Amino acid sequence: MKFLVYIAIALVITAVLYIARILELSAALRGEKQWVVNKRDTKLNARLMLIYFFAFMAFVAWQFYEYVPLMLPVAASDIGAEIDWLMNVNMVLIMIIFVLTNAVLFYFAYKYAQSDERKARFYPDNHKLELLWTVVPGIVLAVIIVFGISTWTKITTMPEKDYILIELYPKQFDWTARYAGDDNKLGHAEYKKITDLNPLGVDSVDQASWDDFLIRNEFHIPKGKTVLFQFRSRDVIHSAYFPHFRQQMNCVPGMNTSLYFAATITTDSMRMITGNKEYNYILLCNKICGASHYAMQMNIIVDEPADYEKWYNEKKNTTIFAMTKPVEQAPKEEKPMVTDSTKTDTTNHSGEKKPN
Amino acid sequence: MSMENHGHHDHHEAHHDHHEHHEESFITKYVFSQDHKMIARQFLITATVMAVIGMLMSIIFRLQLAWPGEKFGFINWMLGDKWGKDGILDSNMYLALVTIHGTIMVFFLLTGGLSGTFSNLLIPYQIGARDMASGFMNMLSYWFFFVSSFILVASCYVEDGPASSGWTVYPPLSALPQAMPGSGLGTTLWLVSMTLFVVSALLGGLNYIITVLNLRTEGMSMRRLPLTIWAFLVTAVLGLLSFPVLVGAVVLLIMDRSLGTSFYLSDIYIGGQALHYTGGSPVLYQHLFWFLGHPEVYIIILPALGIASEVIAVNSRKPIFGYKAMVGSILTIGFLSFIVWGHHMFVTGMNPFLGSIFVFTTLLIAIPSAVKAFNYITTLWQGNIRFTPGMLFAIGLVSTFVSGGVTGIILADSTLDIPLHDTYFVVAHFHIVMGLSAVLGMFAGVYHWFPKMFLRMMNKKLGYLHFWLTFVCAYGVFFPQHFLGLAGVPRRYYTNTEFPLFDNLGDMNVMITWFAIVGALAQVLFLFNFFYSIFRGDRAPDNPWNSNTLEWTNGVGHNHGNWIGKLPVVHRWAYDYSKPGKEHDFVPQTVPLEDGEKDGGVTDDHH
Ligand code: HEM
Ligand SMILES: [Cu+2]
Ligand SMILES: [Cu+2]
Repeated sequence: MKFLVYIAIALVITAVLYIARILELSAALRGEKQWVVNKRDTKLNARLMLIYFFAFMAFVAWQFYEYVPLMLPVAASDIGAEIDWLMNVNMVLIMIIFVLTNAVLFYFAYKYAQSDERKARFYPDNHKLELLWTVVPGIVLAVIIVFGISTWTKITTMPEKDYILIELYPKQFDWTARYAGDDNKLGHAEYKKITDLNPLGVDSVDQASWDDFLIRNEFHIPKGKTVLFQFRSRDVIHSAYFPHFRQQMNCVPGMNTSLYFAATITTDSMRMITGNKEYNYILLCNKICGASHYAMQMNIIVDEPADYEKWYNEKKNTTIFAMTKPVEQAPKEEKPMVTDSTKTDTTNHSGEKKPN
Repeated sequence: MSMENHGHHDHHEAHHDHHEHHEESFITKYVFSQDHKMIARQFLITATVMAVIGMLMSIIFRLQLAWPGEKFGFINWMLGDKWGKDGILDSNMYLALVTIHGTIMVFFLLTGGLSGTFSNLLIPYQIGARDMASGFMNMLSYWFFFVSSFILVASCYVEDGPASSGWTVYPPLSALPQAMPGSGLGTTLWLVSMTLFVVSALLGGLNYIITVLNLRTEGMSMRRLPLTIWAFLVTAVLGLLSFPVLVGAVVLLIMDRSLGTSFYLSDIYIGGQALHYTGGSPVLYQHLFWFLGHPEVYIIILPALGIASEVIAVNSRKPIFGYKAMVGSILTIGFLSFIVWGHHMFVTGMNPFLGSIFVFTTLLIAIPSAVKAFNYITTLWQGNIRFTPGMLFAIGLVSTFVSGGVTGIILADSTLDIPLHDTYFVVAHFHIVMGLSAVLGMFAGVYHWFPKMFLRMMNKKLGYLHFWLTFVCAYGVFFPQHFLGLAGVPRRYYTNTEFPLFDNLGDMNVMITWFAIVGALAQVLFLFNFFYSIFRGDRAPDNPWNSNTLEWTNGVGHNHGNWIGKLPVVHRWAYDYSKPGKEHDFVPQTVPLEDGEKDGGVTDDHH
């Protein structure tokens, strides 16, 4: 296969060089200048302009036909639905401009190809026309701006209450979700407290952290409830990209960022919609972050609220805690791992009086 | 000022006479030349070499995207076992290739190469000057460019590979060698190379500005400047105002990397330890970078648009439509390009209100852009179009400028940018609107001014073939990428096969790669035509395209000082094509106005 490709490439190059040589020789034989545009050239290129336009539009239409079914399925969040609506309106608009402008361009190129019978029209300007195409785009853009900014303001205004709080913590090259637990408060955390057993650097002194718990590989959220995601980053910039929910936010070391949305379609329903029993929502990293950037993802499961409740309660009691509780607080039935981390933590706590 | 102007000319002429007595040596003529025509050619050839390197890189990573895991013997042969084991591209090397490809194309081909070639060639020629204001600075500008190109290419050979954090080299990724191998010596060299590049751009830009403002020949008022020169002038001003900010950003990055300062770094735990940096902000770097970065994209496109204005007017045999509006939009675009940079940062966690402001300013810039596109199209209307290869490329540019511009309207809408930022939709947008437009514009310029540069003509048939193949492949490569982006595919991914979401997009990537391969082969046609014509092309006549501008008034041949004897005197604007009542369909700028004839496209028989 490879070998064939090389041969093909070599052949094409040789062929091209030969054609070039022949073209040149034949032109020289006919005694033509190799650069003066003659009638044949004009006719050929004028026709190609028209043909190109139709071929280009056919190509674009074909792509819509072939590729639209491969696009992301219907938006699975409240915010996503709004974005999609706006996106569709804008897409229709720019497609009209795109087709019309290209049509006029290629048509003029075809229509006004050189001819001895005509002289070009001396037409240096027309202020009315220019005013027209300053003002019309201006108005169209004003409308786009108004719709765009009002939606933007809405979706970037963080909810004050009634949300589930989750931290998504990226590092090269994976994600960890930290659920805020029953108090819906995330305990303080900082990079200096990071150890092997405390990968998020959660501060055990902060009571809010005592019920935080960590989830990896796949996390759940309920349908119909706003989830507020908070981000930090452990090493370099990552970006939390939720293609199905049409949301994205960078995760920047030294900064706190956040976004929110409410899922509107459960994973099960989405599997029905896509006709794919394995279909999963996914969280991707969308800021170049190193060699395995392309592999840095996490599945998201959207449950019915009751199922979510079940999953949450189960995880709350069985998974490793985000932080390491002070010894006296650690529940006795804790798993070995947590006990271990408690030990490490005790050492840390020798300097407890002076939390930095 | 006009008095000084003349004074300078006299001085210059004397200087010129003085020079003619001694022959120039090979070194001063071909290597350390101070002649704008030679420097233009040096820029062009160097940029061509860089472009070939950049293009080969793109073919390698396109192969990886189309056939991930497939073994290509020559990849192993080119990259060795470390980066191309068994003929499979390494993922670090993938990122290195996209980074260096982007850097080469954006800075070395379309900034240094495009401005360096055409500003140098055309500014003195079209304004009627003997040379640049400072030939010496001009020479330095080229040599800084050369050295920085050399360092960038050399950085590909260091042990851990070249810079790999993307052409925008965002810290902390680019600041910490622990984060990726390319962020070691490779990035140091990248930063050094960029600094030298900026020196080159500033030396060149300063020269262009001073030359245009001071060395215009008699009668060449600003209102009579060809649009090429307006474009080059504003480009140079943008560069002068924005490149220093890039140097600032780069210097701070170098300090973070080498001296342990914390301008961009804070709260980092990597490689098993917490680093000492506190208080810095990676987002600060992005503000500084894009403060250059957005004007930079106009630094790339404006010269191409300037070239298109000239080529389209000449070959439509019509005045450019709306000269004043064209100048106005160049100036407006130039101004606005400084207050839109935040549109690259909508999802960095920047204050949403600030985001709204950037939405507003960014969408404003679409207005002068639209005016330009419509004016080009109107210039074609009722013209008498001569399809030279240059003209074909210029028409292609208008198409790509429109097709890529409209998606800018989507991306500028912060709401719609959220799901599209950093996906292939952005890749499609900027390659079409900037990459393709500027490359097509550059080709238009090369075909059009080849006779001025090399005194011979390029072969038109090869030119036609080159254009049509390139134009087909250009959209073939980049149009489908919109769909990849809408399907949620992030850019800078080594492969899309890591999880099932993108499994059904494999065919699309294969098709794109085939278009890229054929498109690259089409460039072989160009290279052949280019080098062949330098030596064997038909000899160029004085004014092959029947143009009005001054560069065609000095006869064939390169002479030191451009015009033998007196400098030409300008009597009219550059666009008197097919003017009613004239014998020919062009009236060179040196032809005096007749009695009662008005300049600047004002006609009495209007309506
Ligand atoms: C109608 C006018 C235009 C508008 C409204 C516009 C808007 C935008 C926006 C909002 C982005 C950021 C997208 C993102 O990163 O998510 C962008 C990216 C970009 N645009 Fe444009 N643009 C326009 C025209 C141009 C032109 C004329 C050029 C160059 C000549 C250009 C070059 C670029 C480049 C290089 C990027 C991507 C940089 C990167 O992330 O690597 N754009 N554009
Ligand atoms: Cu990442
Ligand atoms: Cu920009």
